[in-house]
Amino acid sequence: MKTVNEFNKSDTVPEDWQPLLELATREVFEIMLGCKLESQPGQGQAPPEFTAMVGLAGQLCGLLTLRCSAESAALMASKMLGATVSQADEQMWDAIGEIANMVAGNFKNKLTGMADRCMLSVPTVITGSDYSCRSMADTGPLEVNLAFEGAAITVAVEIHS
Amino acid sequence: MNKVRALIVDDSSVMRKIVERSIRQAGIDLAEVREAANGAEGLGALKSGTVDLILCDINMPVMDGIEFLRQLQAVETAKGVPVVMITTEGSESHVVQALSMGARGYIRKPFTPEQVKEHVIPLLGSKS
Repeated sequence: MKTVNEFNKSDTVPEDWQPLLELATREVFEIMLGCKLESQPGQGQAPPEFTAMVGLAGQLCGLLTLRCSAESAALMASKMLGATVSQADEQMWDAIGEIANMVAGNFKNKLTGMADRCMLSVPTVITGSDYSCRSMADTGPLEVNLAFEGAAITVAVEIHS
Repeated sequence: MNKVRALIVDDSSVMRKIVERSIRQAGIDLAEVREAANGAEGLGALKSGTVDLILCDINMPVMDGIEFLRQLQAVETAKGVPVVMITTEGSESHVVQALSMGARGYIRKPFTPEQVKEHVIPLLGSKS
């Protein structure tokens, strides 16, 4: 695996970080929501109705985003709380933010030498589809598209090299 | 088993509920659960009396978990109360810092109820 220092000398996100991002995402959903994410054969992106963002600072700077539909966000909250969707409805911002936070932490802890050198921001969640998000990253996004209960979710990491 | 009074400090209300559920799933009988959204609220929650167990996040607005640990040392009602950190921050330096400031355990998110049981039960002594 490319180390952090090697990455900092290049301007591309290492290809072997993609499976780590996918594994980090799958683990969080399996452990905290009790459900397995499915691969997306068509690699379709999730609708940007809910976007949770967690900043990365330190030796690795950038932004991790988790995008999904409002329906998926409500379902995530219900599974985390063990409640019905209607009972968990008001908690979906909190739930998706916390999931993004755990994915970001789990991902950076899987990168060699990164756990001690990268800090996370508290999560921010935005809703609605009429917006664009620009992280000022200078690399293309590392993106994973998976299916949560049949609906697309997209996890992306953009890095300042 | 004696009933346990717990303080859960986390800026996510969803996570506070998950932590509470995990404690119950660990077989710990909870008599009282106090919740706080940051370290400052956590210190305030101890003014009404002591608890038997504190579970605390690290990354929080207003007052983070490390500062909470530092200020907790001066709180009379918290003397001898075990604190377990539950956080996404998995770095060795955070673990060392938290343990050096009095935390008795450290659980990384995402976590299973079994991990909560493994870290918390031994700290409760006769309470468990």
